[in-house]
Amino acid sequence: MSRAPLPYSSKILELFRNPKNLGKMEDATVSAVAGSPACGDLIAFYLKISEDEVIEKASFESYGCAANIATASITTEMVKDKKLEEAWKISWKRVADEVGGLPTVKFHCGILSVGAIRRAIREFYKKKSKKPSWLHDELTFEEKHALEEEELARVLSKKLATVLSKKTGKE
Amino acid sequence: MFESVEELIKAHRGIEREVYLDVENSSATPAEIVDEMIPYFTEKAYGNPTMTHKPGWMAYETIQKASEQVAGYVGATSVEEINFTPSETEANNLALIGTALANKKKGNRIVISEIEPLSIMFSSKMLEKYGFEVEKIPVDREGFVSLERLLSAVDKETVLVSIMLVNHEIGTVEPIREAVEIVKEKNPEILFHTDASDAYGRIPVNARELGVDLMTLSSYKILGPRGVGVLYVREGVNVERLLEGQIGTQKLWPGVENVPLIIGFLKASELAFRNFDENISQMKKLRARLMSGIPERISETVLNGPRGDERAPDNVNISFLHCEGEALTIELSLKGVYVSSGSACTRLILQPSQVLTAIGRKFEEAHGSILMKVTRYHTDDDIEYVLKVFPEAVKRLRAMSPIKGSVE
Repeated sequence: MSRAPLPYSSKILELFRNPKNLGKMEDATVSAVAGSPACGDLIAFYLKISEDEVIEKASFESYGCAANIATASITTEMVKDKKLEEAWKISWKRVADEVGGLPTVKFHCGILSVGAIRRAIREFYKKKSKKPSWLHDELTFEEKHALEEEELARVLSKKLATVLSKKTGKE
Repeated sequence: MFESVEELIKAHRGIEREVYLDVENSSATPAEIVDEMIPYFTEKAYGNPTMTHKPGWMAYETIQKASEQVAGYVGATSVEEINFTPSETEANNLALIGTALANKKKGNRIVISEIEPLSIMFSSKMLEKYGFEVEKIPVDREGFVSLERLLSAVDKETVLVSIMLVNHEIGTVEPIREAVEIVKEKNPEILFHTDASDAYGRIPVNARELGVDLMTLSSYKILGPRGVGVLYVREGVNVERLLEGQIGTQKLWPGVENVPLIIGFLKASELAFRNFDENISQMKKLRARLMSGIPERISETVLNGPRGDERAPDNVNISFLHCEGEALTIELSLKGVYVSSGSACTRLILQPSQVLTAIGRKFEEAHGSILMKVTRYHTDDDIEYVLKVFPEAVKRLRAMSPIKGSVE
């Protein structure tokens, strides 16, 4: 429960103050969400994908800390104008590098961003009932992490609710 | 990473006003206190109080006088009952571990509340590792400990109960006198400790009247210098030292006494108790302005902790739904308002403040919490400035969120 010093990079602060590609996209081809409010860490991505599978537009929404907002924003910049195959290959480490480095306790923000983008890409192909050769069934590290974080939040929230209901005899 | 911190600080240039409301986590020491301390570094009482020369005797005399004054402030009957430690953390560790070890023949059970500060939580965890049993008493939705549960938790194996007088996060003033009574009625052998760090200088604190055996005080929480705290130990109560070394005037803490810091703590106490009633009514006025002004300007907020006189006069703790607290502290910082949050994002593990979850806040409510403490140095203009910048800050972050709730 103790705290960690968080010397954010100037890039993170800049993206926190003036995030690029912020907001819901009404004409998105596909969208995906990762994280949960219980984690205090939730990202939504919206992608506009062309016929030849290029990401023409990307935007995000975030409920989270400054690192969460910054990594989500930079991820939209990184995937823009990329073919889906290239966007898929962007790892959380590249996202972390691109924001000028993340404090250790904030690695999960970069991981969650990439997990969410890959979810969106998977969703796109699922909708099209298509499966390119580079897209494997097995979840990548970032996707697994997103699932684990969501599962942890679910378990902890449930635990908390049980404790509270015992205490008050209701809820 | 040092360069990035420089950049972070530079980003604050040109802010209109700075309002520091994070006394929970550290504080500036007012010049009138530092001025009092400086001669004790440079010319006065700089000797070791156990040495047989004038600077040593002067140090001895200074510490004795300081202890006498502190004893007077907290209702101790002798200077022997006042033990200076390096901070609240050390005082709480000494109170828990030192008392448990010194009294372990009497039993191995410790009882604390669910909302104690980390120095109590973690030192009781350490005791568990060495064979003690620790029971945590639950609190209600405003943070009051359940006296029924306390009564059923203590037994003949219980050596120590520790419940804080005022909660550091939500300001709840606990019924310590009643708690001491019911505990001692059941088993008079049980020792009672209270961490009064958030009560001292804000509500009357008298160890004898409360009936406690041990009591912690902190210097920086009353705007004194960091690096000094006090553990009151009632005469006749056995506590074992946690550190060994040269023992001087402080029987429970070895090492050379830090006279300038003790003087700083003393001056901070003097200032808190001089015009006490005026200071408190000023704090209450500012607190009331924040507690009513924020929900008037911002929708979907939840007050954490009780209202009125059952709440510390300086404490404001509000959850902003659909708004993550760490991001909010940064957003406010860029506007010159310095506060802290119980969000998991400010912590090493993905869990928010245990105080807020103990009073029944959901995780998402705890993540959006902001803690502020007003002092007698804050002005009406400071608070109006806070009320001016808060709504824009919350609004911007809420607008970013995919969960909009019923927000505009």
